[in-house]
Amino acid sequence: MTDKALIIDHVSKDRGKTRVLDDINLSLAPGQRVALLGHNGAGKSTLIKSILGLTPIQDGAIRVGDATPGSAQARRETAYLPEAVSFHPALTGREQLTLFAQLSGAKADVPGLLERVDLSDALDRRIGTYSKGMRQRLGLAQVLLGQPKVALLDEPTSGLDPISRQDLYAIIDELAAQGTAVLIASHALTEVEARTDRIAIMRKGRMVADDTLTNLSALAGLPIRLRVRASANPDALAAELGGNRINGASVELLCTPEDKMEALRHIAGMGDAVADVEMTPPKLEDLYRHYAQEDL
Amino acid sequence: MTRFLAITRTEVLILRRNRWLLMATLIMVLFALALTFAGSAPTGTLGVDMLTVSVASMTTLSVYLAPLLALMIAFDAIAGDVDRGSLSLLLSYPAGRGEILLGKFTAHLAALAFAMTVGFGTAGAVAAWFGGAGPESLMALVRLILTSILLGAVFLALGYLLSALARGATAAAGLSAGLWLVFVVLYDLGLLGAVVMDKGGTFTQSVFPWVMVANPADAFRLWNIAATEGVAMASGMTGAAQALPVWAAPASLLIWPVIGFALARAAFRRVEP
Repeated sequence: MTDKALIIDHVSKDRGKTRVLDDINLSLAPGQRVALLGHNGAGKSTLIKSILGLTPIQDGAIRVGDATPGSAQARRETAYLPEAVSFHPALTGREQLTLFAQLSGAKADVPGLLERVDLSDALDRRIGTYSKGMRQRLGLAQVLLGQPKVALLDEPTSGLDPISRQDLYAIIDELAAQGTAVLIASHALTEVEARTDRIAIMRKGRMVADDTLTNLSALAGLPIRLRVRASANPDALAAELGGNRINGASVELLCTPEDKMEALRHIAGMGDAVADVEMTPPKLEDLYRHYAQEDL
Repeated sequence: MTRFLAITRTEVLILRRNRWLLMATLIMVLFALALTFAGSAPTGTLGVDMLTVSVASMTTLSVYLAPLLALMIAFDAIAGDVDRGSLSLLLSYPAGRGEILLGKFTAHLAALAFAMTVGFGTAGAVAAWFGGAGPESLMALVRLILTSILLGAVFLALGYLLSALARGATAAAGLSAGLWLVFVVLYDLGLLGAVVMDKGGTFTQSVFPWVMVANPADAFRLWNIAATEGVAMASGMTGAAQALPVWAAPASLLIWPVIGFALARAAFRRVEP
């Protein structure tokens, strides 16, 4: 018995001559929400398929709870939402979800699940008539079947409108609250930022970052942006603080997280000369750019 | 165990929903009726009842139609799910690949059986009503229906094999058309050519019947013809049937679905969605 829901231990995989997964380590505790970021082709989907046991790995080991990927137990305990999922167009949403419920062996309240993802109106309509977002929501409904230990969501927000996205993250929170470890492969950085416990970034088959957002920021040493608005004389302010003059009345300066308080004290000490201070910590986008593009 | 039945239930639903079942049954009924009426002329000269002649005509029809209908459902079974991206999801559920394949096979075979029974049954009933039938010709009709289902099973399994091997449903459809052409048309043409070249030598005497019966479509024909004297007479194909032991054609037709399914299962195991 391990206390982790998912352990990926030094996993490597070759496809032909290219190494698509290179010594990947990642583990998820029950109830943890982890974002998996990376460019197209970075290996996110391949990693997820390895966890499902759909594609063999050459090196290392993966454990889903106590089970090996692809075993009956692992498949019972894993929920999966494929990227841009599609179903047989001739079936209705209810029929499709009933099939999944029977396959999973879980007693399921199919209409209730479809209600949960806002598809009660389309319950008995053919999937062929569904929009992309509706198909995505149907895919999400089957993730909620049973009580999976691990949920793997590949680009879950693709095709969803903003309100559905909010619902999606509410559902992810629910899953996490019932103890499911959720791994979300995504491009939608701004949403992931607020909604996950940890962020893992892949680049060309390697895991280049795996930590909380705060720790990643500190590690990357990305500057904090301070924008100081002068009450009277911006030139004097710029000369005093040593930043760049922007848009007439403001001065912008960059400082490291360690120097932040020092700079703020300095600004506060300037009294009336300062009208306003705005502080922007590095965004996930900056971090992502830092980790995913730079050669580390 | 109930998992493959869940797949079966869903597949039957799909076949009914997309009108495949209706179309296949309609095709079978229309062709069988047309052949029964068109082929009823030689009844008097051969001294057999109309149902016998009808079965002989429908045997020839089934050699073409049963494989065609089977391949038309089977080509999409795996490649279609890969194309839609739903196979990876299906495989993330506890159902094994064998169970998935068996579930589809059961549903597809049931649909074929329905179309065959209704089609041949209707034509048989019409023939019996108008031209009479005896216990022997009724037996021949039942045999025709059962062996047609077996022949369908062979090509369902071979269709799954191609569906697993092909990259995409379109490629699978193309391969299936090729397979049909080879087994149903070209194989016989090739054998015919060989017999003509051989001019009645050892090949024609001892090898040819075995090569012929190795093809499930020919085994189907031989089984139906060898079993009933009247049908053999009506179809004019007695020579080849007499050169083989009685069990050869049934054995071939019974072994083929098993081999085909095993091959399809092995190919499906290697599919990476």
